Amino acid sequence: MKHIISILMENEAGALSRVAGLFSARAYNIESLTVAPTEDATLSRMTIVTSGSDEVIEQIIKQLNKLIDVVKVLDLNDGRFIERELMLVKVKATGSFRDEMKRMCDIFRGRIIDVADGSYTIELTGSGSKLDAFLEALDKAAILETVRTGASGIGRGDRILKL
Amino acid sequence: MELSGAEIVIRCLQEENVQYVFGYPGGAVLNIYDEIFKQDKFKHILVRHEQAAVHAADAYSRATGEVGVALVTSGPGATNAITGIATAHMDSIPMVIISGQAPTPQIGLDAFQEVDMIGISRPCVKHNFLVKDVKDIAPTIKKAFFIAATGRPGPVVVDIPKDITAHLGHFEYPETVELRSYTPILKGHSGQIKKAIKLMLEAKRPMLYTGGGVVLGDAADQLVKLAHRLGFPVTNTLMGLGGYPATDKQFVGMLGMHGTLEANMAMQHCDVLIAVGARFDDRVIGNPQHFYNKDRTIIHIDVDPSSISKRVKVDVPIVGHVQSVLSEMNELLDAENRTPDTAALKAWWTQIEEWRGRNCLSYNRNSDIIKPQYVIEKLWEVTKGDAYVTSDVGQHQMWAAQYYKFDKPRRWINSGGLGTMGVGLPYAMGVQFADPKAKVACVTGEGSIQMNIQELSTCKQFHLPIKVILLNNRYLGMVRQWQQFFYENRYSESYMDSLPDFVKLAESYGHVGMNIENPADVEGALTEAFNLTDRFVFMNFITDQSENVFPMVPNGKGLSEIILAEDL
Ligand SMILES: Cc1cc2nc3c(=O)[nH]c(=O)nc-3n(C[C@H](O)[C@H](O)[C@H](O)COP(=O)(O)OP(=O)(O)OC[C@H]3O[C@@H](n4cnc5c(N)ncnc54)[C@H](O)[C@@H]3O)c2cc1C
Ligand SMILES: Cc1ncc(C[n+]2csc(CCOP(=O)(O)OP(=O)(O)O)c2C)c(N)n1
Ligand SMILES: [Mg+2]
Repeated sequence: MKHIISILMENEAGALSRVAGLFSARAYNIESLTVAPTEDATLSRMTIVTSGSDEVIEQIIKQLNKLIDVVKVLDLNDGRFIERELMLVKVKATGSFRDEMKRMCDIFRGRIIDVADGSYTIELTGSGSKLDAFLEALDKAAILETVRTGASGIGRGDRILKL
Repeated sequence: MELSGAEIVIRCLQEENVQYVFGYPGGAVLNIYDEIFKQDKFKHILVRHEQAAVHAADAYSRATGEVGVALVTSGPGATNAITGIATAHMDSIPMVIISGQAPTPQIGLDAFQEVDMIGISRPCVKHNFLVKDVKDIAPTIKKAFFIAATGRPGPVVVDIPKDITAHLGHFEYPETVELRSYTPILKGHSGQIKKAIKLMLEAKRPMLYTGGGVVLGDAADQLVKLAHRLGFPVTNTLMGLGGYPATDKQFVGMLGMHGTLEANMAMQHCDVLIAVGARFDDRVIGNPQHFYNKDRTIIHIDVDPSSISKRVKVDVPIVGHVQSVLSEMNELLDAENRTPDTAALKAWWTQIEEWRGRNCLSYNRNSDIIKPQYVIEKLWEVTKGDAYVTSDVGQHQMWAAQYYKFDKPRRWINSGGLGTMGVGLPYAMGVQFADPKAKVACVTGEGSIQMNIQELSTCKQFHLPIKVILLNNRYLGMVRQWQQFFYENRYSESYMDSLPDFVKLAESYGHVGMNIENPADVEGALTEAFNLTDRFVFMNFITDQSENVFPMVPNGKGLSEIILAEDL
């Protein structure tokens, strides 16, 4: 099953490579990984999307906790949470595509953030599956380029990952 | 007054009360070596290869429980150290390895003798640090010792660029360390401990399976107390030997691939298994599907949560330090004054004695070629069971583990997890420094000894009275055994040809050499060697080439599918 794991870790050189190294050394799978500093500049927040059996996920959490730079780990799937990912898609906007792309963008509540003669750049946020759905809905021939940030996640209500 | 980075390094080591630093100099650590020259608080041991420096420091730690310290230069010095570091990491040995690094402005420019030590060592250390400012040296070294020694111990690398060792800074050694991201759990959960005690008292076929954690956590006394109080059978892993006295009647021997029949059968058939500081290694439980038994309840005490339910699902996990958890168990038992199910235990012991009666470690005692098992038995007798025994990796290692009865912890020094050939001699050096008057035997094979044979020179320089017990079978015996059993006798590259004359080799370093070819001479030669209390003696025993290690649980088989010598 897919799991979204949130990690609070020391904002130190090498911390990211320790996490990435752990996943490759132990053959855990990484679907996406995002990391950035938090409001406390000494801490980074990382979100990893991974998948595996319950036993594998249990080991992933334990192994992450074992890393000296890791302060806290939370498996968001243990409770209610919100997942968001940002995607930028450059699409063909010539001929009939020009209206079609605008229409699709509106339906998915995206925004066109750059307009050129032959293309639009659309910004879309949502869960990974919503972004997947958007790409599915587009004519393959129209997609020129996609960039996705990978998921970020946060617990709902008072589920808070903090020091 | 400001000190140079190099002086600060030395002062930190002194503050940590380090007695020995095992190392090898080079460009990036010249500043540090200059400061070593000027001090006499700790001793530097110059080895002949960085791998041996790390092994020796590792063994120093295994024998004493202190943090072992090694010092190597950048580039090739650092890469040579890696095998040693990985060996210590697999067996959870607390160490600090200081490596030199190219000067900071040159890092990343393919500088002379630059290698990304942080990157290379990352998968085989507990943690590592690159020091980028002279003011960080002291806090970093303090953290390194703290991390190495606490929780599940392990090696920590501190990589110091050369320019940092020349910069000046104020020295103050921190009294304490606080790491918000690292707080090892020491005390076990009381509720879980109570639950475990209840299960133990109700057990019909209990079994104590104890490992390296008991040795590392210095909990042998607590274990003996618990076992005696309950009357349960005890088995040790290869790493746990000595954690429970081997001559005690409740001891059923080592378990696992080359464990005894009684230990493996009891492990397979017990109804309550108490795992103490042991990690259900694949060499120990064999095939996990076969090991699984729905009628068995498993209690697991370990300081590292990730050791629990990693390979085998556990019913009652107890995360904590062995010493603390076992003490709490003993106190609870004392307070409640309850006894186990004695009738069931009696029946269980009858079963175990029946397995024990098969005498799985018997071998041909009437051979006119020296049997390796016989050498180890005699070694045990001649040293009165009180030597430190280091070993290399292979058949000889298994025979040493099976036939030398270790009654005390920290006496059996070997590489279990990584299985590194070449550790034996440097391990013996580290142990001899730790206990200069002790009897130290290095049990080795003619393959393994040649992987760090250069250390004969270090042994000469420091007058180390080690006794090398070479079980010379002219084969990479462990490899040959697998080829015999599983590759239809195709002995691909496992014969050791062109061996040196070991006696002459030893003599060329000023050591004593002995060739022993006759079983009748074994005991006399050992006695003679150990009587040479101030000499290094290299004993070359010409042993039976075709001898195999039994019992054996073939790879991928279950513990009760064990093969005994008599089966073949
Ligand atoms: C050729 C060869 C053959 C081998 N055959 C066998 C064999 O037949 N049988 C066998 O047993 N092994 C064998 N081994 C060794 C095997 O590979 C493993 O190294 C060994 O079984 C692991 O021992 P262990 O489970 O005691 O764990 P260790 O590696 O010693 O780990 C210690 C465990 O204790 C925990 N711990 C550490 N400190 C504490 C503390 N203070 N409190 C609580 N817990 C703590 C750690 O977290 C860890 O889980 C063989 C090795 C070789 C090279
Ligand atoms: C560095 C290293 N290389 C290879 C191996 C694989 N290996 C395990 S045991 C063994 C044979 C050891 O031969 P020897 O030292 O003569 O001991 P014996 O088995 O004959 O007692 C080998 C090659 C290893 N464990 N370590
Ligand atoms: Mg051999």
